[in-house]
Amino acid sequence: MTLASATVESGRHGPPGGARTDGRLDRGAGTWFLVLPALIPILVLSVGPLLYGVALAFTDAQSGRTRATQWTGTLNFQDLLHDGLFWESFRIGLVWAVGVTVPQFVLALGLALLLNENLRMRWLARALAIIPWAMPEVVVGIMWRLVYNPDAGILNETIRDLGLGEGRDWLTGLATALPAVIVVGVWSGMPQTTVALLAGLQNTPHELHEAAALDGAGAWRRFRTVTWPAIRPVALSITALNFIWNFNSFALVYVLTNGGPGGRTRLPMLFAYEEAFRYGQFGYAAAMGCVMVAVISVILAVYLAGRLRGGDDR
Amino acid sequence: MSMRTKRSVRAGQYVALLCYLVFLAFPFLWLISTAFKPAPELGSLHPTWIPRHPTLDNFRQAFDEQPLLRATANSLIAALSAGLIAVLIATPMAYVMARHRTRLATAATGWVVVSQAFPFVLLIIPLFLVLKNLHLINTLWGLIMVYVVWALPFALWMLVGYVRAVPRELEEAAAVDGAGRLRTLVSVTAPLLAPGIVATALFAFITAWNEFFFALVLLKTPEKQTLPVVLTHFLGAEGASDLGPLAAAAFLATLPSLVLSAVIQRRITGGMLAGAVKN
Repeated sequence: MTLASATVESGRHGPPGGARTDGRLDRGAGTWFLVLPALIPILVLSVGPLLYGVALAFTDAQSGRTRATQWTGTLNFQDLLHDGLFWESFRIGLVWAVGVTVPQFVLALGLALLLNENLRMRWLARALAIIPWAMPEVVVGIMWRLVYNPDAGILNETIRDLGLGEGRDWLTGLATALPAVIVVGVWSGMPQTTVALLAGLQNTPHELHEAAALDGAGAWRRFRTVTWPAIRPVALSITALNFIWNFNSFALVYVLTNGGPGGRTRLPMLFAYEEAFRYGQFGYAAAMGCVMVAVISVILAVYLAGRLRGGDDR
Repeated sequence: MSMRTKRSVRAGQYVALLCYLVFLAFPFLWLISTAFKPAPELGSLHPTWIPRHPTLDNFRQAFDEQPLLRATANSLIAALSAGLIAVLIATPMAYVMARHRTRLATAATGWVVVSQAFPFVLLIIPLFLVLKNLHLINTLWGLIMVYVVWALPFALWMLVGYVRAVPRELEEAAAVDGAGRLRTLVSVTAPLLAPGIVATALFAFITAWNEFFFALVLLKTPEKQTLPVVLTHFLGAEGASDLGPLAAAAFLATLPSLVLSAVIQRRITGGMLAGAVKN
């Protein structure tokens, strides 16, 4: 917070002359000297490969082949259109991404509102919230495998203790695998969302809250009219980012189920990974990546456009 | 009446907070509990929260079964190098992005945002081919280069915020006093940025320490692999006797990032906010 206010401060008081001085200084070789060490790796290892990856989607590139790679036009995309397995995986990816992002947001909002209150165990919740954020995803997966373990897991043991039956093998059951994996996704992403929302909440002007309370507005009305408008931009961007991150997630599900049982949790990333590095179909896998980017961009554009328009109405 | 509603609301809030605490903590507690349980207890049908006969056997067995020391060393090398190199090259760039409104700075900010949205799969295939041509597949150096670039967007984002928090007036005053540009950067700006630079480096370290996907694809032989990849070798048909070592190894692999995150937790949030204010 102090940082943020310092930023605003310096921006406000910065003399307009400053920019001119910089202009004189920064046209020289100095700026390039400062920028190049980061710019070269970005171009070589990020921007370049991305363009290369898009280009690969239009070729028949395969691993370990002796024949030269050839342009095949849109052949990969035509094949993809008829690839039922891929679209099934894509559907699972969407169910997973929505199924994780929405509860993540709702639970995180609840926790952020609680942490914004003057409660006693607040510090403990803040401390615990680091755990999912800081853990390697592989460890998160291993940990939940131990929780879900049919015999030695705490979940089935609790179910047995409560007399609710014998429990089940959550991660290998056709019906339970995807929901079980979604719970883990929610758990691992919730803290980050909470932190972002909490930051938004703490920027909400206190006076507005008090004024609304004096006017006799109930908790729900205060939330609708004061809190929500203030955190709306943060809420929009964090849900959009969460959706992208969740759709692209890999390690969690790789460790938990490796796509099983029977492909019920095979997210598009796992599908493309197998296509590229088990079967060596680089071109085809790159085409999958392109389709993923395209569809996600369209969904996000619609979501953000709709939300932003919704904001004008009020 | 208002007093009473208030009290019941408070009680409800505490109950809700308690539920959150349980949800956040219980898997981790279970991991710790499993790590310290002897094999017979893990095999029993009624596992308990507190091990009846706590033991360190699982840790010993984990080190026997998999090359964990080697993997820890690899992870340390990769994460330390990635953290150091990332801040070394990101700090000057962040300075330019924060202080000058050039087209380059705008493009860099655009890249920071867009790079968040791309699926790794579109990046990893060409990266694999590029690194293969450079003979950097199955080397830690290849992985470190990838980690540096992977940590750059958020590192830049954080550092731009920190640079903006350094008042311009200080730099101008130094310039008026006759200090050259480089001199100003080194003796005025850098010391003020130091805490932010450390936080960013630790952040990059944690990112690299935890990373799995790139390591899985780029490292082939066990003696080159990092901890997360080696941990997955424990998976498979895990019987009761393998659960303990699995939990022990997973617990150890988490400690460094947990400790470091606790150290920089506040700074990370601060960095996010500082970067967000002006962008």
